[in-house]
Amino acid sequence: MYLAALIACAISGLLILVRIILGKTTFDRVLAVNSLGTLIVIGIALHGFFMGRPEFVDIAIVYALINFIGTIGILKLLSTGSFGESK
Amino acid sequence: MMDLIKDIITGICFFIGSLSIIIGACGLIKFPDVFSRIHAAGMIDTGGTAFFLLGMIIQTGWSLITVKLLLVGIFIFFTSPVSSHVIANLARQKKMVPIGRKIGKLL
Repeated sequence: MYLAALIACAISGLLILVRIILGKTTFDRVLAVNSLGTLIVIGIALHGFFMGRPEFVDIAIVYALINFIGTIGILKLLSTGSFGESK
Repeated sequence: MMDLIKDIITGICFFIGSLSIIIGACGLIKFPDVFSRIHAAGMIDTGGTAFFLLGMIIQTGWSLITVKLLLVGIFIFFTSPVSSHVIANLARQKKMVPIGRKIGKLL
């Protein structure tokens, strides 16, 4: 059961990688990377359950936080040209 | 008996979750521009995450792991619309136009 879900995550991740490679604009790539991060969060939790060690959910929490911060950071850099440091 | 019912419900949840993430990834490839691809990404973020986490919560029962899985779910549920909105807003600021509409009509 967990193995089937992990295989579905892997197939979906490969399809998203195709979009990251083909993407015309930067926003396509940022959107696809954000979706890939969400899939990786699910995949880490599923891998923990598959190996019989559900404590891996902690790493999934940290990955979800870093994924959101990374997306907002890249978009802020695209928008203003800097990370907002004081002059 | 109880374990069998748990396994069946978890299997159904995983099946719906797998279906929705694969549909979302296919939409992310097929759709024509950024503004319509955001729909497909939302499919992955809400449908896939919600059903996978629901299946794992049913499998563990009541423990600390349940609270952590709920934390992951709540966090993704709140941050996914925020990042989608920021991407759409910034793409609009950079003068990208959704296909299928005239510019004068949209502005």
